[in-house]
Amino acid sequence: MSSILSVKNLSLTVGSDTLLDSVSFDIEHGEIFALVGESGSGKSLTSLAIIRLLPEVIAVRSGDVRLKERSLFGLSESQMQKVRGKSIAMIFQEPMSALNPVMTVGSQVAEVLQVHLGLKKDQMKEKVLSLFREVALKDPEERYHWYPHQLSGGQKQRVMIAIALACEPDLLIADEPTTALDVTIQAQVLTLLKKICKQRDLSILFITHDMAVVSEMADKVAVMKEGKIVEQAACKEFFVHPQHPYTQRLLEDARATKALNKVEKENEPLIEVKDLKVHFPIKKGFFQRTTGFVKAVDGVTFSIAKGKTLALVGESGSGKSTIGKAILSLLDETEGTVSFEKQNLVGLDKKILSPYRRKIQVVFQDPFSALNPRMTIADIIREGMMSLGVGPKERREQDAYIEALLLKVDLEAEHMYRYPHEFSGGQRQRIGIARALAVEPELIICDEPTSALDVSVRTQVLALLTKLQEESGVSYLFITHDLSIVPMIADEVAVMKEGKIVEQGLVEEVMEDPQHSYTQKLLASAPKIKRENDNTI
Amino acid sequence: MKLVMLWTDMLVWSLVIVLFVWSWVVSRNPQVKKTWHRIFKSNIAMASSVVLLFYLLFTLLDSIHLRLALPLEAQKSEVVAYEVEMVSLLDLIFEHNIQNTERTYSAPFATVEYASSIVVDEHGVTKQVYLPLKYVSTKDDLIQESLFALGVGFAVALLLVFLHILKREKSRFILACKEIIRGESDLPWRTAYGTFILLVVAFTWLYLLSYSYHVLGTDKVGGDVLYQSFKSIRTGVLIGILTTLIMLPVAVILGVSAGLFGGWVDDVIQYLYTTLSSIPGVLLIAAGVLSMQVMMDNNPTWFETTLERSDLRLLFLILILGITSWTGLCRVLRAETLKISQMEFVTAAKAFGVSKLTIIRRHIVPNLMHIILISVVLDFSGLVLAEAVLSYVGVGVDPTMHSWGNMINQARLEMAREPMVWWSLFSAFVFMFILVLAANLFSDRIQRVLDPRNKT
Repeated sequence: MSSILSVKNLSLTVGSDTLLDSVSFDIEHGEIFALVGESGSGKSLTSLAIIRLLPEVIAVRSGDVRLKERSLFGLSESQMQKVRGKSIAMIFQEPMSALNPVMTVGSQVAEVLQVHLGLKKDQMKEKVLSLFREVALKDPEERYHWYPHQLSGGQKQRVMIAIALACEPDLLIADEPTTALDVTIQAQVLTLLKKICKQRDLSILFITHDMAVVSEMADKVAVMKEGKIVEQAACKEFFVHPQHPYTQRLLEDARATKALNKVEKENEPLIEVKDLKVHFPIKKGFFQRTTGFVKAVDGVTFSIAKGKTLALVGESGSGKSTIGKAILSLLDETEGTVSFEKQNLVGLDKKILSPYRRKIQVVFQDPFSALNPRMTIADIIREGMMSLGVGPKERREQDAYIEALLLKVDLEAEHMYRYPHEFSGGQRQRIGIARALAVEPELIICDEPTSALDVSVRTQVLALLTKLQEESGVSYLFITHDLSIVPMIADEVAVMKEGKIVEQGLVEEVMEDPQHSYTQKLLASAPKIKRENDNTI
Repeated sequence: MKLVMLWTDMLVWSLVIVLFVWSWVVSRNPQVKKTWHRIFKSNIAMASSVVLLFYLLFTLLDSIHLRLALPLEAQKSEVVAYEVEMVSLLDLIFEHNIQNTERTYSAPFATVEYASSIVVDEHGVTKQVYLPLKYVSTKDDLIQESLFALGVGFAVALLLVFLHILKREKSRFILACKEIIRGESDLPWRTAYGTFILLVVAFTWLYLLSYSYHVLGTDKVGGDVLYQSFKSIRTGVLIGILTTLIMLPVAVILGVSAGLFGGWVDDVIQYLYTTLSSIPGVLLIAAGVLSMQVMMDNNPTWFETTLERSDLRLLFLILILGITSWTGLCRVLRAETLKISQMEFVTAAKAFGVSKLTIIRRHIVPNLMHIILISVVLDFSGLVLAEAVLSYVGVGVDPTMHSWGNMINQARLEMAREPMVWWSLFSAFVFMFILVLAANLFSDRIQRVLDPRNKT
């Protein structure tokens, strides 16, 4: 069997820096080839090099890309234009930005057909509808006339797949196609891709950072690190016997779980949330009349014990982040009770609230927007201390205090006078944690603190959080959409759907034996890495 | 001799003081200092800032106004009497040019008038001749004098440069000079000194030759165009700087409050700037300036001199320009504030119980700073050009005030003449072009360094 695509010794350079270092792989007919790596490992660059859409500053130093024995690097730009879309199609991570917002989705698919196949109008519509049916888009007749913003993320990704399939390509490059999607939608899209791959006998180059997704999807795997392929193997073999130490570590990180806690229920609750409701008014018209409510959080009850972690799991829009903000008393629309050490915080006056501000802190998802780019690390950490009057007053002593904090979160003292942009994502997350710790809180709300991080960094940050909990006995409310990390950090878990908690309990109970159908669906959708012992070879 | 402070003089000088205080504060903050250091690391920034400083110098020279005492024999009583008109330091420097007024147009470096006149000579024959100019040297030594002027300029410039190096690097003077010449110094001083020498040489050449020629020609009534061009610097720079200063606080305060507080505050501010920006700016300015004109005409006793009068009109124009030009920046700042206030670091600050005012001061305004600075420098050049347009239309500065706009306005008719009189327009254009170009290049550099997205 000849390979569809073969990449040989591909090396890319920018100036004197090597970005890709002799990357070689072959993709066979009808197989799913996964390219795995952390951010900056060069996996997206490889795909861009294949379709020859590299930024101009990047030069191809050596190597060749052959599509069905034809060298792509030898083609002229106009010939290459025909290859793109017709022989090689691509789908991207962010479906919203990949679709033109001012064209109906039907006409966007039709446009591709027209450019590459030159079909007539009625034929075209028929073809588009059949494509929509193939990617299982509901009511294709009606959706044809919809605009991208009317579709959900999963539906948009389906449209993107339809566009990619329109010209019956030989190779589909999927660049993190499900990273922006919720788990249940991700499962659907992955199943769809697998089905199409089988039906059409299509080859897919699947680029991802998620080992679990790879284990579900791929036939062959290549692991990239710093522009090199460190390991390449068939999927089954790969997960059973990873060869390279880097791969072994990656897999370990992806599989890691918390040493299950000895469960002591006696701890008295630190915070009790009862019947919490956050209804945002919908305001319309000239005088901003309230015409209805969005029930972001609708009657939620839970409690967190001292020194424990509650994981709040839910898909996007389930209201989990809103709960975090409500507990921080940042929303005016909060109803119900949030008792922190027996004191109800809802609707409390600013002055009485201020000592409680110190006790509840927050760590955010996006390490880039969580730190003010104009302030030094020392000033960022100092801000809370000054505002809440925690720690020493003398500036020199404050600096020593900040230094100690930075060391505590495994950063260095000299980082104090740097600016956030000089740090990596994981380091910034540590700074965020240090900022929260500076005021010695008793509860930290972690709002998806690891979802923007690579697997190995994620494990480090989670380990840091666990270590800090052991040292200081702080409690966490851990908000996440990622079920796989729940066992690593949490003692208890609450599953949210549409503003309500549908199930809660101890982690092992919920994870092993889910009661509610939604929890079951979530767990089933989450991609899992096949365990060595699950494998029947 | 009596020092007179006009309204705009006071504003300019207070601005200079503010600038000095600010740079002193900046020099004490190592981080901000580092940023500015990065701005000046580029050749273009160094060169354009030297040019801008040159313009600023002329503005300041032209912002010290004096009323000279009348000569002793003219004094009638014990009380010292002063001349009616006030003069600035710049006027004193160019005194010979003010005095040496020709009859009418003459081309740059010409020795005769531009248009021929009909004269009757001693034999009674009527002839068409080009009359000689009154205040032009008759010796044909343009090249010789040029060489002399260039030499003097170069010597003076070199001397100043050496003094500056000596002041900066007292202990290692020779070494520093070598570094600068090889272009190895920390900041691109070579470019800065190069620009400086070029400017000084050009100025000395123009200035020294202006004693024996009309270097840039004369206008319709024989006034020296070189002098007019230099006088216009103050008008242009003033309108550029002071207008931005007036509109800046309005735009920042309103924009930030609209973005941060939302609700009815946002509504009111939005309606305000939507209304304001739907009235044509020129119309508003024309209405304002014309009503001001009427008021000044009705109260001639307010002003002791015509200069005071035109100065007030300039101030008023600046005010009106400021009122009409804040809307654009305000809109941008509102949008940016909306974006920033949703950022997580603002939420974090709120979770720390930081007050709204501190959030604005510490988190929002510093993150707007690059937009503000960039728009200030861009608006500056826009306003310099706006002055030219408004004066051209006739609603700009007072017609007696020297400005590039007025020069261009006059040139309207001159361009239609045959043969064409091009030097007024040309001089105004070149002087304005250099200023605007320098400001734009400088703003480019500021933008590149201050915008956090451009950091690598």
